[in-house]
Amino acid sequence: MRTVSNWIKSFLLWELLIGLSLTGRYFLRPKVTLSYPEEKTPQSPRFRGLHALRRYPNGEERCIACKLCEAVCPALAITIESEPREDGTRRTTRYDIDMFKCIYCGFCEESCPVDSIVETRIFEFHFEERGEHILDKQKLLAIGDKYEAMIARDRAEDAPYR
Amino acid sequence: MMAWLETTWLTVWGVLPPEVQYTVWTLTKILAIVLPLMLAVAYFTYAERRVIGYMQGRRGPNRVGWYGLLQPIADALKLMFKEVVLPSNANRFLFLTAPMLSLAPALAAWAVIPFNDGMLLADVNAAVLYLLAMTSITVYGVIIAGWASNSKYAFLGAMRASAQMVSYELAMGFALVGVLMAAGSMNLNTIVQAQSGGMFYWFALPLLPLFVVYFISGVAETNRAPFDVAEGESEIVAGFHVEYGGMAFALFFLAEYANMILISALAATFFLGGWLSPFEGIGVFGVGESLLAEPGLHWFVLKTFIFMFIYLWLRATFPRYRYDQIMRLGWKVFIPVTLVWIGVLAVMIVGDIGPWFGGGA
Repeated sequence: MRTVSNWIKSFLLWELLIGLSLTGRYFLRPKVTLSYPEEKTPQSPRFRGLHALRRYPNGEERCIACKLCEAVCPALAITIESEPREDGTRRTTRYDIDMFKCIYCGFCEESCPVDSIVETRIFEFHFEERGEHILDKQKLLAIGDKYEAMIARDRAEDAPYR
Repeated sequence: MMAWLETTWLTVWGVLPPEVQYTVWTLTKILAIVLPLMLAVAYFTYAERRVIGYMQGRRGPNRVGWYGLLQPIADALKLMFKEVVLPSNANRFLFLTAPMLSLAPALAAWAVIPFNDGMLLADVNAAVLYLLAMTSITVYGVIIAGWASNSKYAFLGAMRASAQMVSYELAMGFALVGVLMAAGSMNLNTIVQAQSGGMFYWFALPLLPLFVVYFISGVAETNRAPFDVAEGESEIVAGFHVEYGGMAFALFFLAEYANMILISALAATFFLGGWLSPFEGIGVFGVGESLLAEPGLHWFVLKTFIFMFIYLWLRATFPRYRYDQIMRLGWKVFIPVTLVWIGVLAVMIVGDIGPWFGGGA
């Protein structure tokens, strides 16, 4: 009996018609693709994109050259050199991030005791010349200055969960 | 002004010898068939990407022009400006002949397709034989391409493709024998006329198994998914046309899509009554009297489009057949089915069964 019904089924292309009806339903279903430049996916405040170095509201840079980020960086993307400043505080003289090495894990941000190095929501950036992928201290501070409002808002939003 | 143009045109035309007139007129007709066909091929590739995208929850190409409508033109431009690379030790002459040899039959077969009553390039009485011959010649393009490329993948692809095409040619031929028996003619125009009387008179109904076999064999014949082992991108990179690039590759591509449209048009002609209207002679809701009942080019195009869509639908749905399964399906299933149904059909014709053969055909 089973064989007979199998024969009938295979000659009626039954299984194939089921498959076709499935793809037919998907044909009419709304599409999941976003038209990227016009539409964008919603972003979390924890999004890990381009790096930035922050300052205190009085303009003093936060980084105290503790080198925890350099130590924790799994891709060895961060290079720090430090010296005491005239007022006796320890500051970085060099803070480079190699963006080609960086894997955007966010460990540097986690490890930072003064919330200095952060990763922002910016993900649409590019480099045009050789060497541009190394972000030095000036560039990182500039990014931090430019997006401070956004960075501060994201940290505040995430604060209750930390 | 217009009158002057017309008179001059008529005088110039009248002066020409009849042979020249005939040649010019035929060339015009050929252009009138080939240009829309090429356009259809170009937009068929676009439709394919769009439809398959839609069935996979994507949107498909929608960036070039409005809704991506200029995509095929951009693709064509790109292919035209690419270099045609000749592999070392490849047979130059055969390598460049093969793409033409695969495209030419795909276009030549259109000569006998009736677009409307009597609207066909060549009213041949052995049209079905001509079609079988033309679709068989396509195999040579594939074999020669695979052989001339001097590459093992191309060679394997060509072997697979030719074995598959030859096997399915048989099932296709037998399916057409059924059509010949039902219509009593090899002339495509007559075959379509034999189906007149509304959609219940079409051959799709009495010849249903042959219809299904014909279309599936057509899919296999054009080496399309799920029978695309000849291309098999995941196993033998692209089969017989691995070594081709630029315009030479574009010709294979055109041939494949022209063949698909051809098979769709033939399925519509043989089994769905070509240019005939499905509502012919049906009085319900007044459709029998309205424009819908008019036979014409639009019905032919619509039916062809339906089959073209099914081609894409099949490709989006089914995984690739295993090679031995393809052979088993062709030889052990389709050919027996067609043979049995030809016998049944003979009984039906002799017994004057149904509305199809009752008219003393």
